[in-house]
Amino acid sequence: MTALPDIHPPKARPRRRRSSLTPWLFLAPGLLMFAVYVLIPIFQSVWVSFHDWDGLGPMKWIGLANYSELWWDDAFYTSLKNNVLWLALYLLAVPLGLLIAVFLNQTVKGIRIYKSLFFFPFVISQVVVGLIFSWFYAPGFGLFYVLIEWLSGTGVAILADERYVTYGIIAAGLWPQIAYCMILYLTGLNAVAPDQIEAARLDGAKGWRMLWHVVLPQLRPATFIAVVVTVIGALRSFDLVSIMTSGGPFGSSRVLSYYMYEQALSEYGYRMGYGAAIAVVLFAIMMIFITGFIWKMWRDERGL
Amino acid sequence: MFPRPIQTMSPAFQRGYKIALPIMLILWLLPLLGVALTSLRPSGDLAAGNYFGMPSRIAFENYVDVFRNSPIAQYLLNSFRITIPTVIGAVGLSCLTGYALAVYKFRLSLVVFFMFVAGNFVPFQILMVPVRDLTVNMGLYNTVTGLALFHIAFQTGFCTLFMRNFIKALPRELIEAARVEGVNEWQIFWHIVLPLVRPAIAALSVLVFTFIWNDYFWAMVLTTGAETQPITAGLNSLNGQWVAAWHLVSAGSILAAMPPVLMFFLMQRHFIAGLTLGAVK
Repeated sequence: MTALPDIHPPKARPRRRRSSLTPWLFLAPGLLMFAVYVLIPIFQSVWVSFHDWDGLGPMKWIGLANYSELWWDDAFYTSLKNNVLWLALYLLAVPLGLLIAVFLNQTVKGIRIYKSLFFFPFVISQVVVGLIFSWFYAPGFGLFYVLIEWLSGTGVAILADERYVTYGIIAAGLWPQIAYCMILYLTGLNAVAPDQIEAARLDGAKGWRMLWHVVLPQLRPATFIAVVVTVIGALRSFDLVSIMTSGGPFGSSRVLSYYMYEQALSEYGYRMGYGAAIAVVLFAIMMIFITGFIWKMWRDERGL
Repeated sequence: MFPRPIQTMSPAFQRGYKIALPIMLILWLLPLLGVALTSLRPSGDLAAGNYFGMPSRIAFENYVDVFRNSPIAQYLLNSFRITIPTVIGAVGLSCLTGYALAVYKFRLSLVVFFMFVAGNFVPFQILMVPVRDLTVNMGLYNTVTGLALFHIAFQTGFCTLFMRNFIKALPRELIEAARVEGVNEWQIFWHIVLPLVRPAIAALSVLVFTFIWNDYFWAMVLTTGAETQPITAGLNSLNGQWVAAWHLVSAGSILAAMPPVLMFFLMQRHFIAGLTLGAVK
């Protein structure tokens, strides 16, 4: 791309020129769209975060004022705390998905149908999952509410109780995420080398030891993807919070992604600059993970 | 095979497994079954407190009601109008980008590739303000086109990742041989590579269809009215109107879930190949 002096003899030039331009021609339309809608907006958001802006009028430069406001904002810390909770609990989807995959990895009649039906929750939209779980938790007649009432004598309105609301939403999020991890592991288990399993079995390995020392190392690629999609999914959680509680009660179930949306496009007025500052913080947190993932993928790519 | 095949276990264990399977499945899908049942319950049952017993009759009229008294047909139509162009656009663009990144060796190829991969992981919120502003300035705010354009661009990241890895795994000799024959680059792409990536196109199409159909965030950010909103955002506003009318909410939810579910069952193999990013075979 840089204008380095061409040291190649003139004769070889036309062919080389053409072949170095060709990939860029193929890339152009996709790269252009991606740059306009994804890459450039990241920098624009950082720029907007240093301004006071209602989305319509002129932008006013206020330096780091949005960030210093964030520093003293209790709602921001509630959201941040909930994001940490999401991340930690969401990762349970990985071992639980493995558990179900191991349970289903048999060849009995109709097992294919069972596998598909276990995967079902992942296919449906999070909006629908949110509505399903709202019904599940609904005070008075929700299945979960009635169950708790029957076990303990008093029902708990999960989504109206500051103590439990985030856990209730995370449980709803785990449902499809476990299904996703399960399918990754089911495909992975299919590819596990049978001779190694047999050899280990002859050596007397079984159960947990077999799983830990022989099977799991072979499932590495599946585990990597499962962790990547789960971490990204946890930090992206928005739909369920929006559908199930709108961040309530009293903002106790907000996460950063929802709080950002609320600030930038709320009915109380558009605070684009403040919203962008929240987004930048969320982006910075995600960049830690993204960098790690990319670094690993980059190494694998080089190793090939 | 891990775990040990059930056939090598005692008959009692085998019987136990076969009983456990359906019980686990019912427990796993319990919330969904509850909603499906509620969607077929007459509203009278709910008023009388009959939430879990047998419905007094099967009430298909809930579905009729949903269609008659809400713009749900329009929402569903909008979803198709957003989803189908996105699938075509994103898969089409990524065939080109994937080919460029897999076949040519150039200095920035890995950098460009990882830019697509990384962009695919960023939080939506970091894009929200500028993308909304851009869409408003283009006069495409609250239009199906505005929403679809963004989706095409964003999904190109994921599709490029998948397509590039798929094309990279094709035998290189095919392309080299054609080059020796003097076939030009575009013809190599069109006549040799494109027919070979059909499975990848199928996998990506099903997957992108599901992702976009289920998108909620961008629908909330870029559209507002019933003329343009897809079913996910529509369901959110209907949920606000139908406070506690759970028979209607359930029927609407089931309708919204139907297209991706059908897609999944029809194209299961492709779907799973796509989800595992082709990394786990």
